Amino acid sequence: MNATHAEAGAGNSAPAISLRNIKVTFGGGAKAVEAIDRIDFDVADGEFITLIGHSGCGKSTLLRVIADIIQPTRGSVRVFGQSPDVARRKRAFSMVFQQSVLMPWATVLENVRLPFKVGPKAIRASGTSMDALDALRLVDLDGFADAKPTALSGGMRQRVAIARALVTRPRILLMDEPFGALDELVRDALNVELLKIWRQSDMTVVFVTHSLQEAVFLSQRVVVLSRRPSQVEGILEIDLPTKRTLGLKDDSRIGTEAARLRALLDAG
Amino acid sequence: MASLLTLWQLICAGFAIPEYLVPSPIRVVGAFREDWALLISNSVPTITEAFFGFLIGNAIAISVAIWFVYNKIFEEMYYPVAILIKTIPIVAIAPVLKIILGNGIEPKIAVAALICFFPTLVNAVRGFRAVNPNLMELMHVLSASRTEVFRFVRFYGALPYVFSAFKISVTMCVLGAIVGEWIGANKGIGYILLQSMYDFDTPRLFATILTASLIAIGGFTIVSALEKIVISWDPGESI
Repeated sequence: MNATHAEAGAGNSAPAISLRNIKVTFGGGAKAVEAIDRIDFDVADGEFITLIGHSGCGKSTLLRVIADIIQPTRGSVRVFGQSPDVARRKRAFSMVFQQSVLMPWATVLENVRLPFKVGPKAIRASGTSMDALDALRLVDLDGFADAKPTALSGGMRQRVAIARALVTRPRILLMDEPFGALDELVRDALNVELLKIWRQSDMTVVFVTHSLQEAVFLSQRVVVLSRRPSQVEGILEIDLPTKRTLGLKDDSRIGTEAARLRALLDAG
Repeated sequence: MASLLTLWQLICAGFAIPEYLVPSPIRVVGAFREDWALLISNSVPTITEAFFGFLIGNAIAISVAIWFVYNKIFEEMYYPVAILIKTIPIVAIAPVLKIILGNGIEPKIAVAALICFFPTLVNAVRGFRAVNPNLMELMHVLSASRTEVFRFVRFYGALPYVFSAFKISVTMCVLGAIVGEWIGANKGIGYILLQSMYDFDTPRLFATILTASLIAIGGFTIVSALEKIVISWDPGESI
């Protein structure tokens, strides 16, 4: 963990994300579905926070509210004190989805360079981003720049998606069950790599998963959401060392923390 | 194929079917060899009409499809018109086009274009809309403009659909050119078809049909080869 993360974890800096009284309702009239209601919490700058909850509880919806994809029916979202719309235009955050969402017609390098090809010109040329090849190196994919995504395995594709998200050097990384479709071994390896990347940066990560073990292994804090319309059932501080290696996955402390999470989930 | 041709030959010989009714395959091949210069020279105008009809019809269809995708109201207003045009038999529209466009190559191209228009319109509209919703979310997060979304996502996403339409319309446009020639021409495959019928020259009629078929197969082969070059990914695979 670097200094930025240590400070953020202690809650000394202004929040990266602030959610106040968020409510999201889909549709109208008798068919209206209340997805989330009265969500209130802050995400500290530099923090690794995970949202967990039952299937369909609105975790992904909440992530999309932060990403300015879904407008909340009520409440206020601030990303570094700004509206999500302004933060999005300034490329304050990147997003990684459950599927890699790569353009199959483009090479790996072209996919990673997509953020430089689209969006406001001023932001593209701001000079804060990293080289696309460096981003690929960061996810151990140097040598695959000219490959087509279809030639890669699921895990490798997801690494490309992570490289594409990191290439703009976002201050916040939003991840919507990014490793949910991968097998356990690949998921474990990517968990470790993600933590390494996070430690080396000053990024804030908001991670959605429904794996208790993954949530515990990755996070500093876990936000447990109740069933629909979801509310914050509890926020759990994870009592594990900041530097986490693959060996920790089999540690009994993971099981203990996961049991605490399960108890909260069952209560919701 | 060989067995069918053999059977056809045997039936013609065995039942002594008159040549003016159905010629044997050997006679058709003979007519093909005798008249190949005539067939080739008359293929040129038909191929030209079909080619320009294909280009114009598809260009208009794709332009209209883009217009529809970005203007839902226009789609609701004009899609029924497109369907209405489609429901009118092409042989009924052809004389109208001849009156409007004259005796030259133009009405033939117009018929060929018209016959290509609808399949490409339907497929292109579907293709431009068939975008992975997550990819659209990604483009939104990247604050991509509508033009950028089109250039980087919709265009490529629509290509497999558009090529499916091209494969249909490339054979249809040959038919369109022939229909165009039927309503007034002194050259072309359509003209030779009519002349052979009037002359009761059935072997040449069959050889001309075969030529029309070969032109369509040629077009289909070219479009299929282009498709293989352009679409280098597996459109069915979700990644």
